[in-house]
Parts: sequence; C-alpha cells; structure tokens
Amino acid sequence: MNATWRIVNGRIIDPVNSRDEIADLLVIDGRIAGPDQPVPAGVQEIDAAGCWVVPGLIDMHVHLREPGEEYKEDIHSGARAAASGGFTGVACMPNTKPVNDCAVVTAMILGRATDAAVRVYPVGAISQGSEGRQLAEFGEMKAAGVVAVTDDGHPVRDSQLMRRAMEYASDFGLTVISHSEETALSTGVMNEGPVSTRLGLKGIPTAAESIMVYREIALAEFTGARVHIAHVSTAMSLDLIRAAKARGVRVTAETAPHYFTLTDEAVIGYDTNTKMNPPLRSAADREAIRIALADGTLDAIATDHAPHSILEKELEFDAAANGVIGLETALPLTLALVRDKVIDARRLVELMAVNPAAILAVPGGGLSVGAAADLTLIDPEREWVYAADQVVSKSRNTPFLGWKLQGRAVLAMVGGRVRHTLLS
Amino acid sequence: MATGYYFAHRHILGIEQLSCEDIAHILSTADSFKEISARPIKKVPTLRGHTIINLFFEPSTRTRLSFEVAAKRMSADTFNISPSTSSTTKGETLADTARNISAMHPDIIIIRHACSGAPLLLSRNVQAAVINAGDGAHEHPSQGLLDMLTVKEHRGTLSGLKIAIVGDIAHSRVARSDIVGFTRMGSEVYVYGPSTLVPKGIDQLGAKVCTSLEEAVTDADVVMTLRIQRERQNDPLLPSLREYARHFGISRQVLSLAKPDALVMHPGPVNRGVELNPDVADGPQSVILDQVTNGVAVRMALLYLVMGNS
Repeated sequence: MNATWRIVNGRIIDPVNSRDEIADLLVIDGRIAGPDQPVPAGVQEIDAAGCWVVPGLIDMHVHLREPGEEYKEDIHSGARAAASGGFTGVACMPNTKPVNDCAVVTAMILGRATDAAVRVYPVGAISQGSEGRQLAEFGEMKAAGVVAVTDDGHPVRDSQLMRRAMEYASDFGLTVISHSEETALSTGVMNEGPVSTRLGLKGIPTAAESIMVYREIALAEFTGARVHIAHVSTAMSLDLIRAAKARGVRVTAETAPHYFTLTDEAVIGYDTNTKMNPPLRSAADREAIRIALADGTLDAIATDHAPHSILEKELEFDAAANGVIGLETALPLTLALVRDKVIDARRLVELMAVNPAAILAVPGGGLSVGAAADLTLIDPEREWVYAADQVVSKSRNTPFLGWKLQGRAVLAMVGGRVRHTLLS
Repeated sequence: MATGYYFAHRHILGIEQLSCEDIAHILSTADSFKEISARPIKKVPTLRGHTIINLFFEPSTRTRLSFEVAAKRMSADTFNISPSTSSTTKGETLADTARNISAMHPDIIIIRHACSGAPLLLSRNVQAAVINAGDGAHEHPSQGLLDMLTVKEHRGTLSGLKIAIVGDIAHSRVARSDIVGFTRMGSEVYVYGPSTLVPKGIDQLGAKVCTSLEEAVTDADVVMTLRIQRERQNDPLLPSLREYARHFGISRQVLSLAKPDALVMHPGPVNRGVELNPDVADGPQSVILDQVTNGVAVRMALLYLVMGNS
C-alpha cells in the first residue's frame, strides 16, 4: 500500500484553512504534508489539472441496511457507492434490524466497517428499539463509537422523551438528530397540494414537518442543548430555523439533493422512486431551500440514501416504501447549484464536508497539515449519464436514473488510500 | 366525426388523457349503442371471442355489474375476480397478478383498486387493454363519461352549463373525472362542501371553489351530490351526518335556487336523507336512474373502442 502522493495542478478549496488556489498537495504516509516538506523519493503523482481538490465529502445521513436488510445494501456496498460519489465518510442511521440502540450493535457495525471503502460513523437510536419509550444507553453507545443519536424513520412523538434525549445527549457530547414529523398529520404518501389532489393521492401537509421543527427548536432553546434537523423540506421549517439561529439557539439543519432538485410534480406518473419521507414539496419550498443553502440557514447537504429493492418499490404508490438512494448523485446535483450561481464552490465544500464534520464532531472537513488524507477530486465539468448498469449501490431506487449529469468525483482518497478513481 | 379522427387510446385510465374529440366520440358511440339495450334480444356479436376480466380489488356492485352487462351484450366472455386484499399481503403484488393474468391472454382488463395509479401500474405489466373502473381518489372515467352522456341527453349540449358538485370532493374519484370532463367540454364546474372535504388545489383542475351552498347551486343546470362518509381512517371529517344533512344536503328549498329544470344527479349509492333529501332524490328532476342506464351504454362504447374499433 502506497499512501504517498503528490496531487499537482488542482484547485485546492479548503475553507477551514481559507484556501482557494491552484497548488500542489503532498500526502505522505496517509497524512497531509506541508508545502515545505521534502518530497519523498518514489512519490506517485496525480494530475489534478482542471479539478477541485477538496476535503473528503461526508454524508451525515445514510441508511446502509446492515444488519438485517443486506439484500438492499450492506456496509461494504454502501461504502463503495459512497466512495464513487466522492464521499470519504458516512454516518449511518440506526433503523437497521436490529436497531442500533446498544453498544453491541454499534460494535458490530464498526467491526464490519473496518475494511470498508470509506469511514463509517454509526448513529445510535434515541429510544430502545426506536419505539419512542425508554432512552437508549447513550453513554454505552458513545463509548462503542456512535457520533450522534436519532430515531430517524420513527419520529419521536413524545415531547418529554425528546426533551430528555437532548439533555442527556449533551452529557456525552452527542448531537440529537431529529426526524421532524407530526405523525398524526402525516398519514399521506406525498406532499399535500394541487398535485396530490390531481393524482388522488393522500397528502402530507408541510405543517407536519414544521410543527415538529418548532418543537425541537423550543426544546433546544429551553434546555440549551444542541439539535440537528434532518432532511428539511419546507419553507416554513427554514423560517423557523433561521429565526432560531438568529437568537442563538443551537440548531443546525440539513437537506437532501432531491429537495433542491425536484418538486412534487415529479410524482405525476406514480413513479415510486419519487416517494420519500418527507415528500418532495412545491416549487416555492424548493426555492426556499436553495436560498437557505446559500444564506447559512441550512448547514449541510446529506443524501438520506435509502436503498430499497423492487420488492418494496414495484408496487402501488400507496404501498411502496419511502426513500431513494442518493450517494452517487449528490455531488453532481449540488454542482448544478454552483453552475446556477445559487452557491459557490467554497459553500459546496462547507455544506458537504466542513459542516457535517463539525456537527458530528468527527475528523475531516479540512486539508490541514498533519490531518489524515481524506480528500476528494472533483471534475466540475465532466458529463456523464447515471445509467442503471453503472449504479454501484445494491439498489436502484432513484428518480435520477438515466439523467445526464455534469460534474463528478474522479477520485476519493481515505487516509491516503485511493478508494475510487476515474483517472487513468 | 371529423375526417382523420380515430380513437387512439389503448387504455382508458382517466378522463385527463382524453381530448374533447375523444369524449365526443365516446359519447356518440355510446348513444348509438343505447338502442341495443332496448331490443328484445339484447345481444350483438361485436366482441364475440374476446376475453374480458373484471379485476376488482375493491367491493363494487353497480360498476362491476354494469361492465359485465355491457360486455355480455356485446358477446364477450367475461370473468370476475375479486382478489382479497389478504392475498396481496401474502406476497403476490399487483405486478405479479398482472403478469399472471396477462399470461392467459385476455383482451381487456377492467380494474377497480383502492390505490390511485394502480391501473397505470397494471397497464405497464399486461398486453391487454386496461380500463380504469375507479382508482383510489384519482379517476373513475366511465362514471365521468356516463355523467356527461346523461347531461348531454337532457340538455343537448355540454358547453356553457353550470355544474354544481356538492359533498365529499376530497375522497371522490367521480368528482375529479367530472371536473376534468365537464370543464374540458366547455362547462363550468362549481364545487362545494365542508372544508374538511374540499382538497387543496382542486381549483387547479378547473373547478371553482364556492364558499356557500347557495353560490354553488344558484342557476345551476346540474346539481350533483356525492356520497358522504363521516370518518375515514380515524380522520375526523364531520361531527355527524345529521348536521351534514342540515348544512350541506340538497333539499327542495336549496334545489329551487337552481334552474327550474336543473338535473339532480348522484353516482350512487345514495345516503337518503344525508346528501339528498328523499323527495329530491325521487323527484321529477332526478336523473339518477338514467345515469345507471347510460352507464351500460358508455361501457359498451369503451369496450368497443379500446378493441380498436371506431
């Protein structure tokens, strides 16, 4: 294994170190080296001309399905999909079978992940079994390696439980990630509005999300604890988060590429690969998300990569499972925002690397001298088609299949090891 | 029909996919078939040797019977299957069922399903023509067409009319098919009901949303009411049917606001005394049984046309 590289002629974009310049980057023994360090003999050169060299992208919200649903995805296949999408780290949600609600499951996941293509950060459950009753053992799970807690996919209905989770998580330096959903209101299968009415599908109002976003803000404000809002989909939620941040509440938030790319009109035709939770929203919501990505209301882009097989998706729209895969398309879809001048390249790196690392308090997010060489080379111009036979994930449930995309990760390096490359 | 017109639809999934010309052609075809049902021997050989499967995942009496009568009057062989919802939970998906049925080479499959979009899913997995006999709260095209045929018979036209639809718009596939169909043919559709039963954005289908029963009914050519259910899946929609009848039901007094010869319609089955007062339902302006009669003719026309005849 050779973990010594000289990456030449790339545009280094490293917000943490306030760098945005064409320069060479030296990696020695898997770590970022200083510019004045001597270049070792036998170093391998990577020509990054025309490419961006950025801190390895981190996806703070994926479902790797292992243990329990390995026919959809497993830790290794998910990690390969992540690397091919330019990610060097992923945080995996606890809604596996069994639920990651104890140190044993956490240790099992980390054991399986030791030789995975990217770094895997398990997220533990808030409640035992994600059943919304008893708190899971945060301290034990933290000691075993979880980086945050959430009952993602099983919204916490009980406000007292959520309050206690925030308070108790703060004792262990864990962030609570909220899947914000008022389930009494969210009995539908798509966004509630003119499109759901036209299609005759039961709607989920935007209020179902925003009500719970406000609950989390109120609890974080009252307790002083931190909370992170997952997959924000509505303009109303963003207004609440923006106002909360302005008054100093410790709230952060993410959205997913499908929410800033598609609207609920994509559901016309009943394609079950447009069914996810929260659902695709209106054009006004999509616009609000784009603005919030630029103005800092949203801190991160995370995919909510949710693999399902045709068993869950080749069904009536009402009966199909929620979720789409996203690891392989997140970067090009975000690069489209850069081309549209919604955000700039530096902001992309903040949203996809710097801030996820900071929120989860995991290594990475920068190219500081001495840090592990987790980095991504992005060719922002490269055109390609996301064809079914190219999908790296085990599952193909994505509305972007067949899309012509522009921009792609051409190399992903984890600790100096090349885990994905399209370079010759 | 104008020269050059031909009926190009393999499947009938909704009124939404039908043009004005298509609707007019279906209605005139249906009109020409009405005479068959008035004969002493009510049978023509048109679809002899054709296999038609009624695939009803939801209970239905009149729609299924109407399709079956239509098919038999055209000499088709009909088969009824009503898969219990439990068999689908045992592992056979709609796509599997579709492929299995398709392997028996039927010519037409008529599907009723509780999930919106199920007929589209079926059509993608079979060789046969698919006719939607009602999917979720999406569309019920044959009902929309028979409603239009009934109005056209009595009014002589489908343009320039005021159609009032009162009741549970939210859960009604009939409302959607009627709104799209009548507006496409040049009439105006006014909808009214308790706010719990009027879905967001229904105006974008072409309906005018009213804020009072009077606004909806005044000067209407047609007053159509929809069946009311108090509660659906623990969703508290209405406090009581008694209150509904009083505030949203059509009484003689309310009907007097409409044109003197306004038609009273209902897709059935009627909750007597709830959405319609019995004296209105059975009154001289009611054409509810004409709707049923026309249903057979419209379905004969659809079976005929999807088999490539025109």
